[in-house]
Amino acid sequence: MNRLQPVRIDHTVSDTLAEIKDKVCACIQCGTCTGSCPNAFAMDITPRHLWRMLLMGQKDEIFTSRTFVLCSSCYYCTLRCPRGLPLTEAMSDLKQIAAKEDMIPHRPSTRFYKCFMDSVRRHGRVREAEFISTYFLSMSATDPLLPLKYASMGIRLLQKRKLALKNPLQKMSERSLDVVFKKVEEMENQI
Amino acid sequence: MNYLYYPGCSLEGTAREYNISTRSFMKAAGIKLTELEEWTCCGASAAASVSPLLSSALPAINLAVAESMSQTENLLIPCSACYLNLKNVEEKARKEPGLLKRINKVLAEKNLNFKNRTKVRHLLDVMAHDIGAEKVKNLIKKDFSHLTIAPYYGCQCLRPYPVFDDPEEPVSMEPLIKATGALVHSWNMGGKCCGASHMNTKIDVGLELVYGILKAARGADAIVTVCPMCQMNLEAYQDKIELKYKENLNMTILYLPQLLCLAMGMSEDESGIESNMAVTKTFKEKMKKLPK
Ligand code: SF4
Ligand code: SF4
Repeated sequence: MNRLQPVRIDHTVSDTLAEIKDKVCACIQCGTCTGSCPNAFAMDITPRHLWRMLLMGQKDEIFTSRTFVLCSSCYYCTLRCPRGLPLTEAMSDLKQIAAKEDMIPHRPSTRFYKCFMDSVRRHGRVREAEFISTYFLSMSATDPLLPLKYASMGIRLLQKRKLALKNPLQKMSERSLDVVFKKVEEMENQI
Repeated sequence: MNYLYYPGCSLEGTAREYNISTRSFMKAAGIKLTELEEWTCCGASAAASVSPLLSSALPAINLAVAESMSQTENLLIPCSACYLNLKNVEEKARKEPGLLKRINKVLAEKNLNFKNRTKVRHLLDVMAHDIGAEKVKNLIKKDFSHLTIAPYYGCQCLRPYPVFDDPEEPVSMEPLIKATGALVHSWNMGGKCCGASHMNTKIDVGLELVYGILKAARGADAIVTVCPMCQMNLEAYQDKIELKYKENLNMTILYLPQLLCLAMGMSEDESGIESNMAVTKTFKEKMKKLPK
């Protein structure tokens, strides 16, 4: 798979990377994680190699690679790692950094998650129509044809009564979790 | 046996038939489900990709509500992603007292307090172990002995916490399938990954994983699942897979409780089967010609 455009990293990212590094510092490079990963075939660098790069502090290369966004959280590596390392969690941690920095090459994934969470924040539960339309909107500069890729699926879901078509951007519901999200942001920014 | 019930967002929308069939099955088994009051989203796979504290706080809100509703009842969850998110908090808060404190600081905004007393249970665990195949057998009215069913467990009800089954070679569905008279398709794909949300953002990778699963299921009449994400990935992209791989792998995909509801002779309304996206003609014909 092709490598992505280089990503520039600022210094706060280095601090967060240090925490992830701690999680994988006992890695013995046995390759069990790579051998277990169902997505390894599509990754430009293997999971084993990724941990090595993390330990070597190769930040730019890590975020230029697609490896961590290709983790589908199957937990095979976490289950099988002979050192018992929390590898799926380390992959999520990398996704969090890419999301926080809004790194351009990873936007299709990170913005998908962000729009999902925005809908949960407003309504307490995800409203699929709202979530998917805000996702299209946030990706419109990068991929204006994105809605088309989803169109036929949308129609089939409607036919099966699986999609509630309420008007997309609804006002905040009573079940809103806005106060919870605010508090989390406040606490996470303190560290 | 009564349970608190957390349906989760998918079961209100794309997985409505999972909700319908779970409720029908439980009713037939004489079990009362009490839906969690004002439950909220568990964070799905999104929260963990955005914020660590949020990915603990969102499930904890629901566990705190569960504690306030009952001291004794377990919390039953059909969706594997929801199950793992809630289970994660249960496990982590026990091991890290600091986390419990941080969670409660957040939950105070909602006037909730989380003590970590509720036991989180996956639907499959409850069906296989609390109810059990023997009891299910007594409820079966149809003979499925001419059907072969492939059990598909997916990832997150098995890993990383091996609570009720072998995380590499799961078997807990087999007695339930056999209770209907059906044969169990022999394969080693039951615990493999369906690609989760890859179908939305990296479809080529998702298609490859599902292709492997559908191909290995050849010879079975249906695959049964216990997770809305697995179900959707296996059932909704079969035409795309045919286009890409030039192979027709059309396969009936049902939720496990749907299979049991059908074997109990329930109506379409009770099994929710009219909402399924992949039920083949052959499967429908076989259902019509069932021996009495
Ligand atoms: S399985 Fe564990 S020890 Fe082996 S290479 Fe992967 S992270 Fe390192
Ligand atoms: S959890 Fe992620 S990195 Fe680990 S084996 Fe599964 S997909 Fe690969």
